[in-house]
Amino acid sequence: MTGSTEVVGQSTGKTSLLIRRIIAYVVLIFLVFISLLPFYLLFINATRPKNQSGIRWYPDNALAGNWRKLFAGTTRVAFGNVYKALLNSLIVSTCASVLSVYFSALTAYATYVYQFKLRKIADGFILLIMMVPTQASAIGFYKMMISWKLTNSYIPLIIPAIAAPSIYYFMKQYMQSSLPLEIVEAARIDGCGEFRTFNTIVAPILKPAFAVQMIFTFVGNWNNFFMPRLILTDREKATVPLILSSMSHAGPVEQDVGIFYLYMVLAILPVIIIYLLLSKFIIRGIALGSVKG
Amino acid sequence: MKRKSVSYAKWGYIFLAPFFIVYCIFALYPLISTFYNSFMDYVVDRSTVGGGWGTSSASTAKETISFIGLDNYKDALSSNETLVQSFWNTVIMWIIGFIPQIAVSLLLATWFTDLRLKIKAQGFFKTVIYLPNVIMASAVAFLFTCLLQKNGALYSFFEPIAGKDLSLLDKVWGARGTVGFINFLLWYGNTTILLMAAIMGIDPGLYEAAQIDGASPSQTFWKITMPLIRPILSFVLVTSMIGGLQMYDVPSLLTKDNGNPSGKVMTLIMEIQQRKDSDVGKACAVCVIIFIVSAILGVITMIGLDDTKDKKKKKRRKAA
Repeated sequence: MTGSTEVVGQSTGKTSLLIRRIIAYVVLIFLVFISLLPFYLLFINATRPKNQSGIRWYPDNALAGNWRKLFAGTTRVAFGNVYKALLNSLIVSTCASVLSVYFSALTAYATYVYQFKLRKIADGFILLIMMVPTQASAIGFYKMMISWKLTNSYIPLIIPAIAAPSIYYFMKQYMQSSLPLEIVEAARIDGCGEFRTFNTIVAPILKPAFAVQMIFTFVGNWNNFFMPRLILTDREKATVPLILSSMSHAGPVEQDVGIFYLYMVLAILPVIIIYLLLSKFIIRGIALGSVKG
Repeated sequence: MKRKSVSYAKWGYIFLAPFFIVYCIFALYPLISTFYNSFMDYVVDRSTVGGGWGTSSASTAKETISFIGLDNYKDALSSNETLVQSFWNTVIMWIIGFIPQIAVSLLLATWFTDLRLKIKAQGFFKTVIYLPNVIMASAVAFLFTCLLQKNGALYSFFEPIAGKDLSLLDKVWGARGTVGFINFLLWYGNTTILLMAAIMGIDPGLYEAAQIDGASPSQTFWKITMPLIRPILSFVLVTSMIGGLQMYDVPSLLTKDNGNPSGKVMTLIMEIQQRKDSDVGKACAVCVIIFIVSAILGVITMIGLDDTKDKKKKKRRKAA
């Protein structure tokens, strides 16, 4: 049976492979199209003037005008301080990502290098709390922040980032694969203090892991809507997603979609640039961080 | 053990301290107080209606707290509350997004890893399909609002062509479908990459053997790929379910916080945000329900993963 059908099988195999390849490319190009179309429309429509109706498929000339209107006083009255919101988001995201990566790595280092009684328990506990969604403690958190008079401050958005179980897990895995304990031993023999060892010897080795997790936490915080919505009510303190939310409440009179589109562009552009520059690392990072198997 | 060795144990505790202190203060204590308050009749009366910008009228609020046992949960599950509806909304919108997400991701992951198919420009495709995931969900949702709402860009483009009312966002299934589609768009790239990593972890010898035995691509997929990536599939399923329970940004921006049409796009987290300043007890009960459901889902995956490991071990023993 094998001898005679093999030739036939091969030729039909070739055509069927060709057909499968064509289907695959068609589907992929379609998906690329629907993934990019919304953002293409976003960029194009950021250049549209206010009174134009319908859709635009190619750029218009109102970009400069929209820019001026977006940062003008009237927009600030209607939707909040759009310029300061970008800065606020930048501050919160930077602080939160630096703190969470540094301290979670420090925690992972503690359970990786040191032998102490509660080591296993601490490790298990952190894996356990990884499953608990932030939203589950939201109201208690909110009430606590009210009683501590910390609503409208960035402390509740930044400090809790220190305890990031998923980053702990990632760092621990990274250390197991690329941080030999001999290095720590050698540093001790040379008289290096424990804290200094971590900062000057271990941290540089962990740089690639730091980079990947920094990007993820920065993007996560930059995009975060739930927590700022819970904590911040002062317009001057608002972050970018809150401004977008207040824009979405705009009535028909104050509606000027041109500036909305432009502000969305400003909201997503930093992340798109970071992503396109580092997409290789990011995509590798997702696969690494999540295959826990 | 050497007698003279220096104990470094103390440093372990010192390095653990910041994490645990912060966790206990900002997560564990609030979690406990959320549980506690869910058994309370905790209502805040305001002279002014709260919500939105610049309402710092906390001083005029009157709080009444008293123990009522499980009444919050009973109320939450009764039909005269919107909470049950919101729960089902969340589930339905998650399903609308998840089914195409897992189907497309499986398809793409098999294509990308198929050695005979040899898809070119994989880097480009992967970069593009993952792109929506890094973009602010609230911006994507707002973008779709601007495009789809009445007199929005896509609306006014397609309405003359179709010749009928196309205001998707004013119809229940239109709005739900849009939320599901946005979730699909945001997450299918991520899932594809996870599944690819899983498939590439499979011993290539198995695929070679299948090819030599004359297995068709669909046989290879169902008989080799699917059983071997089951742990990752269940991981994807559960993380997606837990993420789905927390659905907030997209429906909130798309419906201007009110969950309309007729409250059919409201999610559980939107309920929490709406009730945080007034109906605290019930909001806490919702938090607890989210906690319990996620915990159950988490335990199920843990057991599932352990099962597959056990089976592998048994097989190895038999082989030896």
